[in-house]
Amino acid sequence: MKSTPLTPAHIALGARMAEFAGYHMPISYTSIQEEHHAVRNGVGVFDVSHMGEFIVRGRQALDLVQYVTSNDASRLAIGDAQYSCLPNSQGGIVDDLLVYRLPEDMCAEGEQAFMLVVNASNIEKDWEWINRHNRFDARLINISEQTGLLAVQGPRAANVLQPLTDVNLAQMKYYTFVKGRFAGIDNVLISATGYTGSGGFELYVEASQTEALWKAVLEAGKPVGIRPVGLGARDTLRLEMGYCLYGNDIDDHTSPLEAGLGWITKLQKGDFVGAEYLRHQKQEGIKRKLTGFRVDDRRVPRHGYPIEDDHGNVIGVVTSGTQSPSLGYPIGMGYVAIDHAKEGTPLRIVAGGKKLEAAVAKVPFLKL
Amino acid sequence: MVFPADLKYTSEHEWVRLIEGNIAYVGITDFAQRELDELVYVEVESVGETLGKGEVFGTVEAVKTTSELFMPVSGKILEFNPALDEKQGDDPTLVNRDPYGEGWIVKIECTDLSELDSLMDAAAYEATVA
Repeated sequence: MKSTPLTPAHIALGARMAEFAGYHMPISYTSIQEEHHAVRNGVGVFDVSHMGEFIVRGRQALDLVQYVTSNDASRLAIGDAQYSCLPNSQGGIVDDLLVYRLPEDMCAEGEQAFMLVVNASNIEKDWEWINRHNRFDARLINISEQTGLLAVQGPRAANVLQPLTDVNLAQMKYYTFVKGRFAGIDNVLISATGYTGSGGFELYVEASQTEALWKAVLEAGKPVGIRPVGLGARDTLRLEMGYCLYGNDIDDHTSPLEAGLGWITKLQKGDFVGAEYLRHQKQEGIKRKLTGFRVDDRRVPRHGYPIEDDHGNVIGVVTSGTQSPSLGYPIGMGYVAIDHAKEGTPLRIVAGGKKLEAAVAKVPFLKL
Repeated sequence: MVFPADLKYTSEHEWVRLIEGNIAYVGITDFAQRELDELVYVEVESVGETLGKGEVFGTVEAVKTTSELFMPVSGKILEFNPALDEKQGDDPTLVNRDPYGEGWIVKIECTDLSELDSLMDAAAYEATVA
């Protein structure tokens, strides 16, 4: 099992640890609900150093990124970030990712540079996949092992972090980033992004500086009760927003159109891997759709539970489910036949011998 | 973590406490409640039923996980802890706060007391979760 630069710090804090994507990660330090509420109402800090980072640099760096990703990277100015995915050619998703257009200070004349941030579980698969499609003048560098990543999330994140940097955090637009000095550490990539819906920043730092950054953030947040937050609350926070989790809601066999990721699938941008399949699928119309639902029961839906219509016909399967700490009732997402995806449609979730009453709900579940 | 010496334990992380005659309380261990995280619901619909050792007598829902509850020994379910029951106290976190006391889950009448001998004592159970 691999460690992040902070694994020993999590253990020292008494976190409940588990293996996630091959890494020894904190699930929770106190309780999932407590950590969840800390992020929704105040601020929390996550160690997400397990995520993978690749640099793409070269004269045709943009061409490679455009060819392997679904979103339109040509729209990115230096300092912009973008949510995207790597489609395969059979209507599946190799991974979902963030694409950053980097400053060009490390580039030769005429070159561009991007950073791709991928899921920890897919680092090797993505590396192999992107390299296999690299028929461009572009070099790939895997900096995953040398890169630490903290997510500082919540409505108080900007206030807590501001004393640590000269960068004006409150003025940063969502999905932009700057490189700067942060907590006395040079070359920190400060990104106004996150996976919680509560706002905040993601801080990319050289691995050896991760612990110094972690300590500085916890210290700066002390007066407002900042909490370290584990992967348990990371999952409840993202699910309340209807964000997809790779391996649960999307995988090699679900298409971005089915997953509700049409907004990051720019079919008009030119040729890219999977474009032909996706154009065809769009024309034909999708048969199933990733759909949010709320459960009218105390039992909680879980990944893999069948979904039935109100006549008992199986029409889908749950991909994610949880008790929503903010809403106080169980919520979930799953693929359902397209004619059952309309808001309010009654569904039944099959939990072992029980059938739970449910209804299609709008995502995000939570309006923030 | 706590492992009271007067209890018997199963590999499924239930405990049994014999109180008098063949009447016993059953709950889940401190280790189990920690692993599950905060409980949001405890469901027991088997009151009045006689179940065999290892049979499912209920379900606990935590934020992230659903777990079935297994009979540590054969017996009849006499009572579901009213403090946990959604129709009464509806306070599932009692199991987290006091897993061996107020957070007991069911009271049972054991069918065969000799089955208790096959369960683990505190030291043996502690060794399995260490």
